[in-house]
Amino acid sequence: MSVEIILFFVFSVCTLAGASLVIFSKSPIASAMSLVATFFFLAGIYVLLFAHAIAALQIIVYAGAVMVLFVLVIMLLPLKDLGPAFRFTPARWIGAFSAATILSGLLYAAMQWDEYLKNKLPLGTEATNAMSPETLSRFGTLEEIGLAIYTRWLFPFEALSLLLLAAILGAVVIAKARI
Amino acid sequence: MIPTTACLFLSAMLFFLGMLGFLLRKNALVVFMSVELMLNAANLAFIAFARMHGGVIGTTGHVSAFFVIAVAAAEAGVGLAIIIALFRTRRTLDVDEVRALKH
Repeated sequence: MSVEIILFFVFSVCTLAGASLVIFSKSPIASAMSLVATFFFLAGIYVLLFAHAIAALQIIVYAGAVMVLFVLVIMLLPLKDLGPAFRFTPARWIGAFSAATILSGLLYAAMQWDEYLKNKLPLGTEATNAMSPETLSRFGTLEEIGLAIYTRWLFPFEALSLLLLAAILGAVVIAKARI
Repeated sequence: MIPTTACLFLSAMLFFLGMLGFLLRKNALVVFMSVELMLNAANLAFIAFARMHGGVIGTTGHVSAFFVIAVAAAEAGVGLAIIIALFRTRRTLDVDEVRALKH
């Protein structure tokens, strides 16, 4: 077992624990803090997957900007006790059941896909598209992503800036005292 | 190298937890956090497949993850504004008590 695999295992367990705490903790501020921890562990997994730029973005945008927004809103709203965190109505039981169904479907699909990959490749070869060290050193860097964004994905990128502008204006209009 | 299937399993479980929170929690803020969890699960799958393919396809996967992060930021801004407006008019964060469109 390489260090990579051990780190991945540790980060995965921590991510799932953080996500469970988000769902099951009663106070919203505890949920928010667990979500920050989850984002950090996910960023660790992204680094292990050679997505360094995305890992940095994850920490800056998610753990930084978005979570500050969340904590600020929690601070603005008085936290009165809502009673138990969950309320089970028949509709919610159906929802939990469908979530479990989707989980089993996804896990089954992942397993099938693994089998498919094993059968497709000749025996003995690694089930990966191994990159040369030189390509790997450039993979996932800001340079590569920036090059892709500003050439091939330029229009979606500009549309995204329009979306962000609309979101800023929308947030201001919606949160204003009188509309 | 980390097996892609392991990443997919983690992504599926993260999505499941997010969906569970989205469907079962009462507090609108926590419902919102669950949406973020689900978006992160999708991102993880994108990046796992990007690592598997490498090259131009992999970079496209990273660009998709970047777009998801940006859209999530926009969504969080508008969504939290809606929650503030909701609290101002209804004095509640309970998603079950907001049912003006129901009848």
